Amino acid sequence: MTEQHKVGEVIEACSTDFTAQCYELYRSPALGSLVKTRFELQGTDVQDAWLYGIVYQAQTASGDPGRRPIARGKEAQDEEEIYRDNPQLMKLLKSDFSVVVVGFKEGERIYQYLPPRPARIHGLVIPCTDEEVKQFSRSFDFINLLLKSRLEIPVEELVGAALRSMAQVYEAEKHAFLVSAGKELAGLLSADYAQLKAILKGLKNDAK
Amino acid sequence: MMQNDGNALFGHKLGVVVSGSLTHGIDVKLDGSASVEDMAVGRYVTIKGQKRRFFGMITDVTLGVVDEQINVSPADASDSFLAEVLSGTITFGTLHVLPMLTIGGGVVGVEDAPQPVKTIPSHFSAVEVSSQRDVESVFGKEDDKKFFIGTPLDMEVKICLDLQEFVKRSNGIFGKSGTGKTFLTRMLLIGMLQKSSAVNLVFDMHNEYGWEGRSETGYKVKALKQLFPEKVAVFTLDEESSRRRKVSTDAVVRIGYDEIEPEDIALLRQTLNLTENAVEASYQLARRYGDRKWIQTCLNMENNAETQAILESMNIHEATFRNLRRGLESIKRLAFLTEKNGENAVDRILKYLDSGMNVVLEFGRYTDLTAYILVANLLSRRIYNQYRERTERALGEEAKPPRPLVITIEEAHKFLNPEVANQTIFGTIAREMRKYNVTLLVVDQRPSGIAEEIMSQIGTKITCLLDNEKDIDAVLTGVSGKNELRSVLSRLDAKQQVLIFGHSVPMPVVVRTREYGSAESLKSFSSLGVAEKGKQVEKDIEDLWK
Repeated sequence: MTEQHKVGEVIEACSTDFTAQCYELYRSPALGSLVKTRFELQGTDVQDAWLYGIVYQAQTASGDPGRRPIARGKEAQDEEEIYRDNPQLMKLLKSDFSVVVVGFKEGERIYQYLPPRPARIHGLVIPCTDEEVKQFSRSFDFINLLLKSRLEIPVEELVGAALRSMAQVYEAEKHAFLVSAGKELAGLLSADYAQLKAILKGLKNDAK
Repeated sequence: MMQNDGNALFGHKLGVVVSGSLTHGIDVKLDGSASVEDMAVGRYVTIKGQKRRFFGMITDVTLGVVDEQINVSPADASDSFLAEVLSGTITFGTLHVLPMLTIGGGVVGVEDAPQPVKTIPSHFSAVEVSSQRDVESVFGKEDDKKFFIGTPLDMEVKICLDLQEFVKRSNGIFGKSGTGKTFLTRMLLIGMLQKSSAVNLVFDMHNEYGWEGRSETGYKVKALKQLFPEKVAVFTLDEESSRRRKVSTDAVVRIGYDEIEPEDIALLRQTLNLTENAVEASYQLARRYGDRKWIQTCLNMENNAETQAILESMNIHEATFRNLRRGLESIKRLAFLTEKNGENAVDRILKYLDSGMNVVLEFGRYTDLTAYILVANLLSRRIYNQYRERTERALGEEAKPPRPLVITIEEAHKFLNPEVANQTIFGTIAREMRKYNVTLLVVDQRPSGIAEEIMSQIGTKITCLLDNEKDIDAVLTGVSGKNELRSVLSRLDAKQQVLIFGHSVPMPVVVRTREYGSAESLKSFSSLGVAEKGKQVEKDIEDLWK
């Protein structure tokens, strides 16, 4: 939870999601990984309030919307050489990632519904530790938030990616974790067997 | 995961109540962890309602899906992950449970006595496999009145019949041939011997109850007289057969022609192939020549003008008379019938019954229905009359009421079918029940043949497997939850499983009957300690166990 772990900074936020810019180009957290950022709970004494989100989108583009990158590698041997020859690229290009908000932590309690307030701009975004992921994934209520969110990415993909990423921290209990997550999904998607099947197929290989 | 071992299931949560009604039973959605394959119709479950617990029986198991789509493209069976996730969520098992009793939550003070169910548990009440304590609180423990008859399916709890209550009504044992009716009857007779004040009179058509019989697998099975020599007397109609089988009999029964009445002939109409008119003629003849002499007279009549004149005077057609006479001739062939009988078999039987002895009447070789119907009806009628007289006298406070008597008859539909039920004494006994301290134990394989009126009077019905629609209907007439019990009844195992319902059990119960004929079982059945019985009996019992 120290600043050493920080990967980015919030540059845009609303109640349901926020976008953060990476400190280093291409160093955005993986799709589906759980990240957190501090936020303010007004009117309470709670100092230790964190907002949890799942990375659903990452993009890299020119920092200035008016200036598109141009192809530079005609003479270069490989990609690395382009960056070596044009060190300014590292400053001109920016990597952003978007995070869908799935809950928050107030003191020791974790709530898996939308927080009363969005993240703050310039809030530091920190990937959650294994322990935090375990703590958060004790409940599967967040899956519903994911399924109901309107994102540019297909929700099946996002749910699959999120569960796979969480399953990594369970090691030996990976299978049990995925089965109970699957059951939660089955309850939520009881009316849409096709969608359920698509997600479960994505989890199958990890469940072995 | 659940295990097949019964005890491991105790208190295991199976699922939750999702719908239902009092009349049609309750639907329970199984949890994903409970496999439908571990369920069984007839098993008990306890439903934990908000205010009270409900005790019920599983009567059906179904598979359900949330989304019909899965029926169109079923999941790949080899995909264990998918199957595991889907089971209990998209695909699930449903139990149909018939609630029978409520335990607790009732009036203060009687809270533990199970009450008949008058409502159903609320939504999402948890359903568990009944614990041993629940089953015991419903069926009671074995004591000096209650007889341990067997255990529920997959449980090691003793189900007990209150035999004091049992003998107060007429009872029935039903089941297809070869489903263990005889074993069951033998066991119940032993139970009654031990735990009730009633005495038994058994009309033993196939010589199975008094002395040792054979099980289907061929080993010998000890019967009443051998286990309770001091309480059982064996009477026989066929001395020779008994001697050959080395049965120690107490008396030989002979019946005089003078003891046969027209009513007995009426009952034999079908077996003797008599016409209605022939039966009518027998009444006329009896009126003319007296109850005691008419048969003898009839058999002695010669085919001459005198006979013609007599018949004409009575308006009996010659063909009718010939028909009757042919019938009487075939009765005459029964060797236990004598022209004149010195001693009265009925009195002798009654004497034994009065002294608390149980009487088994063996039929020896006379296993045809004519003999059985004739003798059973004739003797029962006399005995019943005696009992009625004595009970009436007892009501006038002149004497002690006679000991309760249970008469066991086999092939009961021959006595109790709608055509003859009104004429036979057994119809009367079944209807008038315990007023005169005489009840029936009806053993039959064709309950549909028994008159409905009689069936409805039977207190406790114990049925082994039945698969004929009509028979099942007949047995279940007037029982609540009939349709549910139907599926239970037709799925009983062919051996050692019975469904008991009626007067002496608080709710219908499927029982795996206790062993009979094995070493331990005989020890527990026999009233005397083995030491008291002497070495010979001990050895006999040892031999039997082999």
